[in-house]
Order: sequence, then C-alpha cells, then structure tokens
Amino acid sequence: MQIYLPIAEVSVNAFLLFGLGGLVGILSGMFGVGGGFLMTPLLFFIGIPPAVAVATEANQIVASSFSGVLAHFKRKTVDFKMGLVLLIGGLIGAAVGVQVFAMLRAMGQVDLLVKLCYVVFLGIIGSMMFMESLRAIRRSRNPQSRAPVRRQHSWVHGLPFKMKFRTSGLYISAIPPLLVGASVGVLAAIMGVGGGFIMVPAMIYLLGMPTKVVIGTSLFQIIFVTAFTTLMHATTNYTVDMALAVLLLLGGVVGAQIGTRIGVKMKAEQLRILLAILVLAVCIKLALDLLIEPSELFSLGAGGH
Amino acid sequence: MLRIVLALWLFALPAIAAETVVADMNQKNVSITATFDGSHILIYGAVKRDAPAPEESKIDVVIEVSGPPEPVTVRRKERKFGIWVNAASVEVEHAPTFYAIAATGPLDEILTDADDARLKISVDHLIELAEQGDSALDGDTFADAVIRIRQDKDLYTATPGTVVVTDDTLFKTQIDLPSNLTEGDYLTRIFLLRNKTVLDVFETQISVRKVGLERWIYNLAHQKPLIYGLLSLAIAIFAGWAASTIFRLLRLN
Repeated sequence: MQIYLPIAEVSVNAFLLFGLGGLVGILSGMFGVGGGFLMTPLLFFIGIPPAVAVATEANQIVASSFSGVLAHFKRKTVDFKMGLVLLIGGLIGAAVGVQVFAMLRAMGQVDLLVKLCYVVFLGIIGSMMFMESLRAIRRSRNPQSRAPVRRQHSWVHGLPFKMKFRTSGLYISAIPPLLVGASVGVLAAIMGVGGGFIMVPAMIYLLGMPTKVVIGTSLFQIIFVTAFTTLMHATTNYTVDMALAVLLLLGGVVGAQIGTRIGVKMKAEQLRILLAILVLAVCIKLALDLLIEPSELFSLGAGGH
Repeated sequence: MLRIVLALWLFALPAIAAETVVADMNQKNVSITATFDGSHILIYGAVKRDAPAPEESKIDVVIEVSGPPEPVTVRRKERKFGIWVNAASVEVEHAPTFYAIAATGPLDEILTDADDARLKISVDHLIELAEQGDSALDGDTFADAVIRIRQDKDLYTATPGTVVVTDDTLFKTQIDLPSNLTEGDYLTRIFLLRNKTVLDVFETQISVRKVGLERWIYNLAHQKPLIYGLLSLAIAIFAGWAASTIFRLLRLN
C-alpha cells in the first residue's frame, strides 16, 4: 500500500515504513539503544530527504522515549537536578544545531553535513563496540584475566561552579554536564538522534554518575531536547512529517517489545558484536556514497534568491 | 503574449487549411490523497473542418502537459578532500515541475525547429537560466542536468508515436502522472499540424491539488508551524503510548 507523505512529498510503501520501524524497534529492544542513529540513515536509503528524516526522527524519539521515562519516574531513578543541568545545555546545543542546519540547507550542504556526522560517529561507536565486545568474548573464555577497575579522578573535579547532585551523590562543577548536554543537543538537531550513545558513557565515565540513575536521567534529558528540536525544525525548516513519524512509531513500539524478549535469551557479548557489525555496515555504506564518484554529479534543490 | 502572437499568426495564414481542434480529457482535477500513487489522464479530441480533408497529407497532433514552473538551484558535485561535495551551482529561473509530450510521430518529423522554439514546445525551451553571475560555468550542462534528473524520476517524459489518430479526425493519448507530483495548474496544449505547419492550438488546464488530510497537514505545517509541531509531538506520544499499552494488554491475556 503506497502512502503519500505530505511533508516529505514522496510516496512510499506503508508496510516498508512499518517494517523499518519494527526492525529498528527490535534492535533497540534487543540492545537497549534508542535506534535513532540507525533509523535516520535507513530513511536516507529509502529516499526520504535527509532534512525531513532528521526532523521527523527527533519527533519519533520523543514518543518512543516517553514510556521509558515514565517507568524511570516510578522507580525514582531520575536525577532531576542533573537532568535539568544537562537539559539546559541540551536546549542551547539544539538551538545552535537547528540554526546551523538551516544555514547549510540554504547553502545546499546539509546532506553532506548530516552524512559526514553519521560516518564519523557510527565509525567511532561501531569500532569501539566491536573491540569492546571482542575483548569481552575473550574474557569470558579466559575467566582469570578480569577487567581493570576504573577509578574516577581527574580535571572534572577541579572546575568552578560546583553543585550538589543529591540523587547521584555527587558534588561537581556544573560545567561538564552543561557541555555534555550541549554536545548531545547539537547532535540531536543535526543527526536526528537522541544522543544516548554519547551521553550514557559520558555520564558514567566523565561525570562519575551511579549507573542506576544514568538511563532514567538521560531519557529525561533526551525527551525534552528532542521535543524542543522537533519544534525548532517544524518552525524553521518545516521538515517534520507527522504521517511518517506515526508509521515508524507504530512499527517501532511493536518491534521493541519483541526485541526485548529476544535480547533476554541471547548472550550479551554476541548481541553487542552483532550491533557493532550493523553499525559499521551502515557507516561503510554512507562513507562509500561520499567516496565513490556518483553516477549523477548534479542535484536539484529548491531555487530562490 | 504567446497566445496573442499565435492568434495573429494564425489569422495571417491563408484560409485554405480551415482545420481546428477540439479536445477534452477524462479528468481535469487530480487529487493528491494519502494513498495517491500516480494517475493517468486520457486526452482525446477531434479535428473540425469545413471542407473535406486533403488527401495527400495526414494530420499530426502534439500534446504537451507542463506543470507549474518553479525556480531550481542546480548543483554540481566535485571531489574535495577525497569526498564528493556540492560545489558549483547555477540558478534556473524556472523549469516546469512536470513535463510530458506525446505526438503522432518523432517531433523532428512533424514540427519545424522554428515553430518548436517560437511556441516553446520542447522542454529545453521551457527551462530558463537566471542571469549568470559566474559566466565561467556552462549553463547548458546545468539545464541538461535538470532534464536528465527529472527524466529519471519520470517527471519529464517524451512519448512520440503514442497519439493515435483515427480516420484523420479523432485522436487520443494517455499521459501518466507519477506519484511525486507538485501541486498547481498543469498547462495542457494540443497542437494540430499538417505538413510541419501548425494549424491550430487548443489550451486547457489540469488542476493538481493535495486534498483532505494531506491538504490540512501541509497547510498547518506551513501556516501554523508551532501548533503543527506541538500536535506532531502530542500525536506521536499518544500513538507510542497507545501502541505499547495495547501490546501489554495483549500479552496479559
């Protein structure tokens, strides 16, 4: 069944969208990731204009994080004060990101920017995950050697504007969380991702937050930053496609439920290596598109003087 | 302007070939709905004449449908730092968003180049480059790129030999509209020719519009973007919540 997307102005198969949503949903359920960083490039591949893909994905992330954040509220695993500081940074970052996006869109370079960001981030994350899971597999075969215990130390504790974060049991400067939030906000605006894959490691290793509040707090930040990003894209670039978001979402919710159940039954290391390979594959495909001489050197954009 | 020139020119013709064309189509309004997947337009008509048709030559018909002209920025990729990026660009003042031409035979056999240029029939006559700031760029290759890219998307088509003429009087053809149409009025012109001479022109319009939900969403997004954004969020959150609730209930049973 073909469906005409009113904002993207292309006609796509509704089942394809539902299926893509479901597939990414399964993966996000299995691996416990948001899935924005997989969904947005897949939307490029099926012919959705990148500007629409990014803005619409931001909208979808709000919805798919919503039930997650509610569950964390109930379990009281959200550090609101930390979330708020991260959020302030995130809003600033997103506002800057959307402006950069609009500027480059006028210059005809937004596709390049989005794709380059994806190649860089997927490349880094994919290879890090791949190495990490290889090491984990080797460790599980050879139980004597154990992972080195990480110690939190460092320059983070020497900065001014210290604040007390009671839920996390931290007394640190507000500058690092603001910066972490801001960089995640920029990524949300430019790449259409929640940014959990950057924020979660940063919260654990850089800020030294206890693991049990990390997910809830990051979801809390993501939901507001992506909501803000959606509104900014809707008002500056007119690129949020409501129909596309809903179709992806319905597939995504069903997929996530199935994925969670598959994830429980599989070994964590194998899961991680699968995800790493998938991320690297998407990265390579995007990189090749930029490196190989395209068969059509010309492209058309909306005119205007 | 074009029409006045044409009228004057037709008036100046000797009265021997008093053949005129009447035509109609099966739909003049194309509605883009949520399930729009392209459409077909059947165009048909007849030749009206006072005297019997000349025996020695046959009638030719050229049917052209062109979508609303819009400005386009054409960009060319170049290799920079090892990757292909958009570099040079040329502004096209306007190019039709859709263009289809059908005829009784190959255009160069039934139409003179002079008439083609004067009446702006072929698509290359409909693409106008903007005033060029950078004269080092070859505007024609950029104009050609517009034609090539839109041909690939089935937005520009040329199907000579698909207009069927019966008894030198009745003719018909079908124009296919793809699903990626732009809204607007599509100018439809039907040229009647004999011996490479244009005898008459019939003009009409096809109106292509988004309707219903598509219309509403598009208008809201462009006219009240903040409300549209908030509504998108609300709908998405509700849909996500509802779907997961339903799924949970199904699992419990």
